[in-house]
Amino acid sequence: MKKGCYVSEKEHYPLGEHARESVRSRTGRPLSDLTMENLRAGKIDADDLGIHPDTLREQASIAEEAGFPQLAANFRRAAELATVPNEKVLAVYEALRPYRLTYEELLALADEVELEYDAVENARFIREAAEVYRKQGLV
Amino acid sequence: MRESKRFALLDDRPINKDAFVHEWPEAGLIVSDGPDDPKPSLRVEDGRVMEMDGVPREEMDMIDRFIADHALDLSVAQQAMSTPSEAIARMLVDINVSREEVSRLVAGCTAAKLVEIVGHMSVLEMMMGLGKMRVRRTPANQAHVTNRKENPALLAADAAEAALRGFAENETTVGVARYAPLNALSILVGSQVGRGGVLTQCAVEEGVNLRLGFKGLTSYAETLSVYGTEGAFVDGDDTPWSKAFLASAYASRGVKIRFTSGTGSEALMGHSEGRSMLYLEARCLLVTRGAGSQGVQNGSISCVALPESLPGGVRVILAENLLASMLNLEVASGNDALASHSDMRKTAKLMCQFIPGTDFVHSGFSAVPRYDNMFGGGCFDVTEYDDYNVIQRDMKIDAGLHPISEEEALTIRERAARAIQAVYKGLDFPSITEEEIEAAVTAMDSRDMPDRNVAEDLEAADAFLAGDRTVLDAIRALDEGGFPEVAERLLELTRQRVLGDYLQPSAIFDANFGVLSGINDPNDYRGPGTGYRLEGERWDKVRDIPQAKSPAGYLEGQGENPVERLKELGPAAKGDAPEVVIAVGPAFGKELTQTINGLPHDQVLEQVMTGIAEEGLSARLVKVHHSADCAFIGYAGAQLSGSGVSIGMQSRGTTVIHRADLAPLNNLELFSHSPNLTLESFREIGRNAARYAKGESVEPVPVKVDNWVRLRLIVKTMLLHRRECEEVDPDRPPTELWFDWEPDV
Repeated sequence: MKKGCYVSEKEHYPLGEHARESVRSRTGRPLSDLTMENLRAGKIDADDLGIHPDTLREQASIAEEAGFPQLAANFRRAAELATVPNEKVLAVYEALRPYRLTYEELLALADEVELEYDAVENARFIREAAEVYRKQGLV
Repeated sequence: MRESKRFALLDDRPINKDAFVHEWPEAGLIVSDGPDDPKPSLRVEDGRVMEMDGVPREEMDMIDRFIADHALDLSVAQQAMSTPSEAIARMLVDINVSREEVSRLVAGCTAAKLVEIVGHMSVLEMMMGLGKMRVRRTPANQAHVTNRKENPALLAADAAEAALRGFAENETTVGVARYAPLNALSILVGSQVGRGGVLTQCAVEEGVNLRLGFKGLTSYAETLSVYGTEGAFVDGDDTPWSKAFLASAYASRGVKIRFTSGTGSEALMGHSEGRSMLYLEARCLLVTRGAGSQGVQNGSISCVALPESLPGGVRVILAENLLASMLNLEVASGNDALASHSDMRKTAKLMCQFIPGTDFVHSGFSAVPRYDNMFGGGCFDVTEYDDYNVIQRDMKIDAGLHPISEEEALTIRERAARAIQAVYKGLDFPSITEEEIEAAVTAMDSRDMPDRNVAEDLEAADAFLAGDRTVLDAIRALDEGGFPEVAERLLELTRQRVLGDYLQPSAIFDANFGVLSGINDPNDYRGPGTGYRLEGERWDKVRDIPQAKSPAGYLEGQGENPVERLKELGPAAKGDAPEVVIAVGPAFGKELTQTINGLPHDQVLEQVMTGIAEEGLSARLVKVHHSADCAFIGYAGAQLSGSGVSIGMQSRGTTVIHRADLAPLNNLELFSHSPNLTLESFREIGRNAARYAKGESVEPVPVKVDNWVRLRLIVKTMLLHRRECEEVDPDRPPTELWFDWEPDV
């Protein structure tokens, strides 16, 4: 992503207009690769359509600067999840629903996402949930 | 007891099918200002909320905790909480205070404080506030696209028409849950046929919903319901943390989300905790903000009838929308679920969002007939498109829609049905028949559609959801099936997922996939002359309703064949015979040749003269040039009449019986409802005029009173009169006319 020292984040937005050439998909392919020709030739698969964590972080900076700090935090958690497999994402969501896991299991889950996927923010979020769930009797 | 016929009629009115109830705060049956609603308070120590709205940290439930730790901007909290609520309410309507300034301060407000602020505001003030605080500058709209048979051709056709009509988001759901991937696919393809860049979603259970997003079959999700009490939240099988995680999960796949909340849900679920609906909704909105959702669908939504059964319900629903926009959230503002049996009541409620404009005026305008709406929705449906477009045109308001022609609708519907047919073929789903395509193009609803083999469809749906195939396979099928431009639009939508621009607040796409969001299209309303204005090409599109005719069309056929038997002689002299003068307007029989309801002038003259002759008098014809006014035409005729009695006629047919001794604007009989006059009426007018001339006592000619006529024909009346006025020559005295015809009496 092009980043001038004095350019505000908002100036990059929309990336589709200002940074289309430099944006890459989750698999590292440039956006310009995602063409009908490549699709016809069988050179694109579903993973190529994922958003890259860096792009989510860029969107987080844009949101933060525009006065949407909670949305920015969400994008930063999302950036961590971008590389987590679908089934694991579904499993973590399920685990965070009420009465699914014990307090200890929730903490273990937090450790797992932190160690295995480097999802620090999400791990912190799960630990926070574990504390509240325990206090409110939702574990 | 005596019974009033009027009260009996009122009892039968649609409004009285709605449910109304007195307040009962303990049960949550109160929209605002509940006796047990907390008072605003906030105590922060070392950057940590220690007490909020009277609840110390150790006693906080999970919602309080989530709000305290995620939703509040503690850097402005002290300033916000110490600013009088009334002062913040005033800032909301003060055009000299910017949107940013208000939202910055509001970020530090607790739920009770938020409620206290809007408590100071009237509906009008809230509408002003909503117009200013809406996140996106350009208002938009969202459609529901569903049908009872879950027919893919009909779903695609309806989605395409909705897209063409201007909806920026199309939303479907299912009757049978397993249909989800097929319905999502059908409206995705249909919407992109209608207009590139329309966002789509399929409202189903969260897990399935997320899978649809993973596959690229949806581009947004608004199923993420939140509640204002712990009990309701847990009954919904979620917590603020699980919902917030879900929000991140969608964002991680490039899918836009908004949460859903709304007054009445907690009371309906038996978990109001004795708090007012608005207070609980304020908690929902803080959870929504804290979770990092870019927006919310609120305004009571599916529970709307509950707040509306209570006093102040509609006001509080508007207050919900306003609170959300104050919190910098995109608002899809309800007007979706059935809210009233009364058209007047539901429209009055709609105006609260329609006039200020919201990010999505409806969070589901039923783009299918109410019968086929599977959201329990359809407060407004396809039968009201024309009403809607006319109201937009009346008020010069953009609520996201515009009129289309029947031909455009039929063309786009067929194209969409054929596109989904190609996708089904390419994916080896049970085929969509020609019969289904034909039916989908012209259908009223799914009752017009042939039945499909449901078991086979569901097998295909299960396999599709469980398997590896994604939107890419649908794109390939479109490309190979002869829909390369639709394939390209779907592909661009997937590229947009990689860019993530439309994850930002209030984002929609224009037809060229240009994103419009709170970042690059922020609402900059600062009073008259600022903010979004409906003008230019967009206004042209909104105002050009197909029903509007060219003014010239109203005069079609007039004056093409002047009455040949009518000859103009010299100046008219005063008569002395026992006659009736027929005085006609300056354009009569020449520039104008028919009355407003199409009676040819020569036939009108024949009837009037026959009527006069039947009474044994002669008629003399004069044309008045100095006035186009019916009374003055009649008055002028009366001055010339040997008997003093005249019939004055404008070319459009408005007629008067006049007498020389009466003041110009007085008369013997006036027939102002010209469209109701028949040839027989003109004969009777002739007869009566002759009887007046003979000094007999006369029963006035009965006239039909139909007040709607004026409404229907006012434009034509005006244009005919204008044409007559063009022939006025103020200096020219009346002239004698010769009508080559003899009454057969």
